[in-house]
Amino acid sequence: MTGFQTLLYKEVLRFWKVAMQTIAAPVLTAMLYLVIFGQALEDRVHVYPGVSYTAFLVPGLVMMSVLQNAFANSSSSLIQSKITGNLVFILLPPLSHLEMFGAYVLAAVVRGLAVGTGVFAVTAWFAKMSFVAPWWILIFAIIGAAVLGTLGLIVGIWAEKFDQLAASQNFLIMPATFLSGVFYSIHALPPFWQAVSHFNPFFYMIDGFRYGFFGQSDVDPVMSCTIATVFFLALATLAMRMLKSGYKLRG
Amino acid sequence: MAAIQITNVEKRYKSLRALDGVSLTIEQGEFFGLLGPNGAGKTTLISIIAGLNRADSGTVSIHGHDVINDYRQARMRLGVVPQELVFDPFFSVRETLRMQSGYFGVKKNDDWIDEIMHNLDLTSKADVNTRALSGGMKRRVLVAQALVHKPPVIVLDEPTAGVDVELRQTLWKFVARLNREGHTVVLTTHYLEEAQALCNRIAMLKSGKVVALDTTSALIKRISGSQLVVDLGKGRLPDGLKALVSHPEELVAGGTYTLRVNAYPEVEPILRALREAGAVIEDMQLKQADLEDVFIQIMEGEK
Repeated sequence: MTGFQTLLYKEVLRFWKVAMQTIAAPVLTAMLYLVIFGQALEDRVHVYPGVSYTAFLVPGLVMMSVLQNAFANSSSSLIQSKITGNLVFILLPPLSHLEMFGAYVLAAVVRGLAVGTGVFAVTAWFAKMSFVAPWWILIFAIIGAAVLGTLGLIVGIWAEKFDQLAASQNFLIMPATFLSGVFYSIHALPPFWQAVSHFNPFFYMIDGFRYGFFGQSDVDPVMSCTIATVFFLALATLAMRMLKSGYKLRG
Repeated sequence: MAAIQITNVEKRYKSLRALDGVSLTIEQGEFFGLLGPNGAGKTTLISIIAGLNRADSGTVSIHGHDVINDYRQARMRLGVVPQELVFDPFFSVRETLRMQSGYFGVKKNDDWIDEIMHNLDLTSKADVNTRALSGGMKRRVLVAQALVHKPPVIVLDEPTAGVDVELRQTLWKFVARLNREGHTVVLTTHYLEEAQALCNRIAMLKSGKVVALDTTSALIKRISGSQLVVDLGKGRLPDGLKALVSHPEELVAGGTYTLRVNAYPEVEPILRALREAGAVIEDMQLKQADLEDVFIQIMEGEK
């Protein structure tokens, strides 16, 4: 295997060896959300004609799990390696910044998709699901996971202690995913918060992902895809500059 | 071409000058010792050689490959055993070594991995999770990890700190063999007798500067001749002998005095002077100067 393949393999193996915590637990959490919110709101909330609230909720929860777990994978792997000091095993070999970026982000995508598939497998039973545009489903899942995997990489490089990582998870990632339309359509919001939601890049990922299932969305999926891709490219540029300069990793 | 070429390397941490214009040339096949007190800059220098840290100015190259501009070639030629006892708790010893081979792009490395494990007495631990190993065993794994890609240049940063005698001997036997086979070895250690026994050339670092650089034998010769150590109990050293004392603080403390002697014929006049002064010798020994004496002399001279 090449250095890149080895690092990717190691990163995947790392979460796979503790799959109970990294895959099963988030799947259970998402299912609890579905059961509780679905039960409580099924008869009260109707977002799109012909789509039950539970069915509306399923893609939102899947995407939320994809995003949160992709972020968790790269960020926790990096901070653990930094704090235990074993990051040195990756810094000593001739791995380029591109290889490191690719391996960490791809592993995060794999984790995000694994959890997303798991969440879908257990929640889809609760509602009648349709798959109007399966390619959009896959494209948004991959871009969303890549964006959050990259964001996790950046935070993992920047953070010096677990506390900072937890703060970014609780004060940045959680609110941004919760306020992106996982549980509701932003059309249900007052105009001001609707406008604010349009500045949340997570909103476009979830909205586009949901379009793949129902063929209905708040924003045109091409537009959402473009915005998510631009956001990814901006973050990727930043992450690669950090890796190349050795920011906080090399002295 | 030099195995490691260090040219005018400087590194500052805020107001601290960790490295203050260090230049060294380490030739292929040398067993080179990098000595100095804590905080002298040894680990910083090794980190810069390894690409774990970046110099503020100056350059380092491994076999002619700059560690920054040509880092892939440089790192392929370098194996580093870090000072900190680090490990990846997710993997067994064999998995760790396979993974490390992969990072260097080395395929199908099991034969060499088996050989390294055999030489470091790690074979019985091959399938044990690194988390479950003792400190000494973890140290062996670190050495093994540094060797997976058969680097021509091996850097060991205090590999024997807190390590038992058995591992030290196993390790030195193996490293000495690698050196005989042509590998360049750079070693930092606080055990000066190890450095004296193993290294053919030594650089001493103090406050980020090279304060001595010579072959081990030439360094030891700097302390001319031997030392006569006399214990006079409660007696004081006669004034006529005070000029011979190598450690001035002994004149204050009293009791034991270390006197410089260039040749054996100089011993008798000292004994006579003591006898005439009425001093009673309670204990006495004639010591050959060793690296530790040189080290102390050089470090004190730099104060």
